[in-house]
Formats: sequence, structure tokens, C-alpha cells
Amino acid sequence: MDQVSLPEPRRDTRLDRYLDLYAQRTKGLKASAVRSLFAVANRPEVVSLAGGMPNIGGLPLDMVADAAGDLIRQRGPEVLQYGGAQGEPRLREQICQVMALEGVQAEPDDVVVSCGSQQALDLITRTFIEPGDVVLAEAPSYVGALNTFQSYQAQVVHVAMDQDGLQPEALRQAALGCRAAGRRVKFCYTIPNFNNPTGLTQSLERRRQILEVAAEVDLLLIEDNPYGLLTLDHEPWPALRAFDHERVVYLGSFSKTFAPGLRVGWAVAPHPIKDKLVLAQEAATLCPPVFSQHVVSAYLSEWDWRGQVDRFRQEYRARRAAMLQGLEDHMPEGTTWTKPGGGFFVWVTLPEGLDSQSLLATAVTNRVAYVPGTGFYADGLGSRNMRLSYCFPPPQQIYEGTRRLGEVLAEAIDLAQTFGLMAAPGQPERSDRSDQPDQSDQTEISVQPDRPAQPVHPEQLERFTHPAAPAPSDGAEPASPTGPTPGAPPEPTPLSIRSE
Amino acid sequence: MSHPIVVLAGGLSHEREVSLLSGRRVAHALRAGGHEVVEADVQAGLIDQLTALDQPVVLPVLHGGAGEDGALREVFELIGLPYVGSPAAACRLTFDKALATPVVARAGLAVPERVVLPHDMFRELGAGAIVELIGRRLGLPLFVKPSASGSSLGCQKVDDLKDLPAAMVGAYSYGRVAVVERFVSGVEVAVAVVDTDSGPKAYPPVEIRPDSGVYDYESRYTAGATHFLAPADLPPEVIQRCVEAALTAHQALSLRDISRTDLIVDPAGVPFFLEGNVAPGMTETSTVPLAIEAAGESFGQVLADLVARARARVQAN
Repeated sequence: MDQVSLPEPRRDTRLDRYLDLYAQRTKGLKASAVRSLFAVANRPEVVSLAGGMPNIGGLPLDMVADAAGDLIRQRGPEVLQYGGAQGEPRLREQICQVMALEGVQAEPDDVVVSCGSQQALDLITRTFIEPGDVVLAEAPSYVGALNTFQSYQAQVVHVAMDQDGLQPEALRQAALGCRAAGRRVKFCYTIPNFNNPTGLTQSLERRRQILEVAAEVDLLLIEDNPYGLLTLDHEPWPALRAFDHERVVYLGSFSKTFAPGLRVGWAVAPHPIKDKLVLAQEAATLCPPVFSQHVVSAYLSEWDWRGQVDRFRQEYRARRAAMLQGLEDHMPEGTTWTKPGGGFFVWVTLPEGLDSQSLLATAVTNRVAYVPGTGFYADGLGSRNMRLSYCFPPPQQIYEGTRRLGEVLAEAIDLAQTFGLMAAPGQPERSDRSDQPDQSDQTEISVQPDRPAQPVHPEQLERFTHPAAPAPSDGAEPASPTGPTPGAPPEPTPLSIRSE
Repeated sequence: MSHPIVVLAGGLSHEREVSLLSGRRVAHALRAGGHEVVEADVQAGLIDQLTALDQPVVLPVLHGGAGEDGALREVFELIGLPYVGSPAAACRLTFDKALATPVVARAGLAVPERVVLPHDMFRELGAGAIVELIGRRLGLPLFVKPSASGSSLGCQKVDDLKDLPAAMVGAYSYGRVAVVERFVSGVEVAVAVVDTDSGPKAYPPVEIRPDSGVYDYESRYTAGATHFLAPADLPPEVIQRCVEAALTAHQALSLRDISRTDLIVDPAGVPFFLEGNVAPGMTETSTVPLAIEAAGESFGQVLADLVARARARVQAN
């Protein structure tokens, strides 16, 4: 055998020569086994119920191509040039018209265009958040927002939801509790329409109550509304911003109603905030993409875009029906799910004893993918939940995906029962949908995870102390300890609620 | 005119992302050496893609599943394509820890005491009784892992017997057979072995010190999360034992071209075999490229030499 030659000096390395240069806030950026599985989920063999990609196959691509070509040919030096940081004036006028459909009265000068509403959220967070500041967010909440908050070292305190969305009393207690503990609460982030990931929508009465609480405790609301026009069962409801111009920053997007690849979204904010956002936009990008803005503007002015949104709704209705039927046909006993009135997502709660993170590997092996629920909590909850998207695959694939998922769950239940992690057959301790009384087309659902989000108490804030828990990205692992905090109030019974 | 090297990466296993990272690095290293490289994924048109090329050599960097269990290599042999790496039978043997460990134990390597159990066994005989037997036989702590998987996916250390059922379920997420080992604490070491014209050559053993204390997926693939020492900070005689263990495993498992053997060196200086790898990781945070570079050699040149050996093998036949 050859002998090894041992080099001198010994190489001592962490394989990242820049390690000492990174900012503290990057410490949470880590590889994730769960996230790595999405590399497989994107393969065509896999029915992906994971991603939130809109189905834009029905767009008038010839019209868009002609509009883009005409813009370059006829106005190239203008539309390929830098623009203003606030966004193109004509588009801001049109954005006001779009928002009017949800009752928002705004002037073009109230609007700041951004690279998707995601960037608007980033600008808002960088404008308001210093390390350690508290952001209140629905439980569960959009993973991209949690990532943004984490990247600025905010502490996310979750606020419980029920069938009507964010709970006003929980919001009040969270805000007051944080302040009593000496924390600075900068804003509350909410998705009133078809919440990502639950699909739930705030009722009109609930919106009023939330605004009352916000006024009472002097709280700024960030209203993220990418799905508001994609309502499937009724006309769009008034936005929070429609009722309060001073306490609500509204985020909108063309990513779901037109084309996400153009990256055009916006914020509407009270003027002092708007002015800060414009300056922040200048610092971040100089200006949002000018050509994309002009393409969107042309689309809005030259195409029956409202008719196009109606056609999207038709497609999403068929997809939603396929998913809900598939879940009804294939989910095992004890599984519950939301019944969204619009948007893209269904939130599934698994029987106790199953873990959606550890099941993902088996699911991918069985050629179906979803997003584990833990990604939508900053505090590690959600292990019994999964987010299913019905927006992208065609209906028959969605149905097939639920069938495969049903097989995965059946096998997992068998395994968990074998190891005593679930009640054995004949010992049901879970709700059985077939045993429920007829609810006239309403499905028994639960938005609560394995442990309900609590109104925050001062003692609980200890678990949000520095360093900021690394928020997960889509499908990522939980970031912080999940155990109850000593001194925390007893946990109430998980809510069982009904869909719209 | 040079003939292309097909860097085959991706695939449909759970380790697809890692494989893509490995493939990118390998392709870059070969291109930097002036080689023509075609990057390919496992998909329905792969055979047509390969056979359309002019005398290609395949360099598979597929981790997990068909990439490591020999299945794809059988296909290369059916086509008559030269490829870098171990033959199919050796892959089948090595990828399955339940099969490979007894082989290296017979060759004289120390292996952790262990049991190998398909999940059906728990259902048929009752989990409680088996869990108790495992605890009585192996003691604590334990280490649970899927029999056929990589990148530490589905692996878990168990300090309390009550946590064993959940760990077993986690391992079964990645396959129907799990291995439960007595946990050996010590220094974690990886040793790369590369075949040369003068025989198998071991590279400096790389010591792995994850900041988290566990060399899990996060520690493996987050740059900076693990501290590596090449060669390991061990006495020369222990280093030599590690080298000999890796060479022994390479030969006992009939491995070819390149392999990596993972070891734990206990406080007495005894290296325990954990697993062999027929498709070792080649990512920016992987130990094989690190070991090669620590030895003062070019990673790209070592790969190019292996490609030349693969081509010569086919021409010789």
C-alpha cells in the first residue's frame, strides 16, 4: 500500500475565506435539508403542490410581445433609461385605479413602485426596524416576510388567527404585552385576503375591529394584499387601507394578476413614510425597473386586464375544486384543511403524531411536494401543518398529487402507530370528518398548529431575545426552540373553526 | 480534437441539490484545465444525449439513489460507455451500510456495534419490545441512520431511549431499512482514496469539527459552519491507522477510481468505520477536494487523470 504524504503546514480552514467579513445578521443563512428537497420537487416527475407560482399560461403573450416591442421601437431611449425612484407617473395613476377596485382612494403621489411587493416590504423593514425591534405577524405568516424581518434582525411575535383572520384581542395583548416588557413594536404585518399560507380572509367586521385596536394601541399596520383580486366566491372586499389612510401601509403587486417576472409591485403609505420609502428606494436600486413598469402600464391600458383576471379566477376555481375534492377523497381520518375563498393556498393540519417536515422526504420519493408548516412560523410551530398550492399544476395533476399525498400519509400513520407515536386503529382521539354533522358544504377546519399561537406575555419575550432567530425560507427548518416558556399561560384547546 | 467529459449531476434522489453543487464544481475544475465538459442531468433523453456525443467519458457525481446504488452504472456498461468510478456491484454493496459494514469488519476494521432493521419488523414484532432490546444490547447513546442514504439525511443521535422511536421514523423517511449503532464519540475523519497507476493512494485524513457539534446537513453545506483540519490533528500513528483503514475499505469493497471513507477515531486512537462513499461530495464544502488540495495537488488534474484511466479501461477491452 502507498503511504500517505502528510503536508506541512496543516491546512486549517472553514472553507469560506470571507467568514470574518460577514455581517452578524447573516448568521441565520444556513443550508437546510428540508429546503434542499425542493431541488427535487421542481423536477417534472414531481407534482409540486409547494410553489406559489401563478398560472400565467393564459396571458395574451402576443399582445405583451407587441407592446414590449413597440415600447422599445417607439420609445426606447425613454423606457430603457433610468427613471424616478418613486416610479413612473403614468403607472402610479393606473395603480390608483387598480386599488379603487378594493375601495382604496389614493393619489399617484401616495404610491411608491417597487421590485415586486417583496421589495416594498424590504424597504419598509429597513426603514423601521432596528435589531431587536418587534414585528407582530399573523400565525402563520408568509415565509418571505418572515425572512425579510429576520434579515433586519427583527423579533417576530406571532398573533393568533381564527376563521376571520387576525384576532383583534390577541393583537391588542401582543402589542401591550411587548410594550410592557420594554420592547419597541414597530408594526403589525397582515395579509387580510387569502392569507399565505392559510387561505383565510378577514371578514369585514374583523377588519373594522383590527383597525380599532390599531388605533387604540397606536399601531402601524402593513397590509400585504397580493391576492385580493383573485377572489373566487365573491367580489373583492375593501382593503384595510380603504378605511384608514394614516395607520395602514398597503402593499400591492402585479405578480399574481399579470406577470411575476416583471417584478413590479408597490406601496401606498402616509406621506412621511412614503418620502422615506422613496429615499430608501433610491439607495437600494436608484429606481424600480423602468421598462417593466412601462410594459405593465401598456398592458393595463391596452388589454382588458379585468377580463383577464376573471379568466384567471375561472382557472383557479377549477384548480381549487380539484384540490378540495382530492383532499376529501384521499386524506386520512383526523386530517383537516382550510377552504379558501380565493388566492392560491390550502392549509392542512395533520393528525397528531405526524410531522410534515420529516414526511417531506417520503413525499418527494412518492413524487409529490408541499411546504412544511414550520416555514411559516418564526418560532418553530407548524410541524403538523403543510401548505398546499393549487395555483400552478392543472386540475388533474393536483388531484393526482393529493392521491399521492394520501398514500404518503397512510404509510406515515402506519409507521407512527407502529412506534406508538399515534393512537392505534380503534383508538381514535382525533376528529373524524365523517362523524361530523352535515355542515351544509362547510368543511371542519383548523388553522391552529400543534400548539396555538398565544397572545404574547412579557415573560415569553425572553425566547425572542438576541440573536434573532433565523427565519426559515420556503420549506426551511424551524429556527428557534419550540418549547413552552416557563411562566407562560396554559395552552388553550386548539380552535376548530369553519371556512368562509 | 478532445472528447467530451460528461459531468452527470442532479438526478431524482433526495441529494439532488448536493449533487448539482458537486457537478458545478467538478465541471468548473475540468474546464479550468482545458477539457471539454458537457453537464447533464438524469432525464428521459439521457441515453440519446450520451450516445450522440463523440467518445465521451461519463463522470457521475450523483449522490444517493440510482447515482450511488449502481443502477446508472449498469446502464453505462450496457451502452459501453467509459465512466469514472466504481463498478455497479461495488456500488450496490457500498451504498447499503447494512451490507458494507460486515464486509469491512471481516477485512479487519473496527465497526460500531449495531443492528439493522427494516420497519416491517417493528410492525410484526412490536416496537416497544424491540426498542427495549436495542437499548439493552447497545446502550446509550445511539446513532440512527437510513441504511441507504447520504449527506446525513435521516440521521439522528439518540441520548434517551424514549427518543428512539421518533428517530427510527425519521430514518425510515429515507428508506425501508434503518441502522442503529452504538454511538462512538471521538474525532470525525474523512479519508479520500484515489486509484493511480501505482495503486490506491490515500490523501491526508481530514478532521471535521462542526461548530454545532453534529456534522449534519447544515454543518456540511453551510460554508463556515465547520472547521476542517487537513491532515487531522492526530498523532502520526493514528493518522496512519486512518489511512490504512480507508485503503482497506476501498479494496475490501472493490471500489475503483475514487472513494471516501468516513471514520470516527475513539479516544484510544482506534478508527471505527462509519461508511464508504462511491460518489463522495465534491461541493465547495466537501472534504475530498479539500484533501486533494491540502496535499498540494490540483483537484482538476486528479479528476482528469481519473477520466484518462476510465477511457483507457474501455480501450484496453
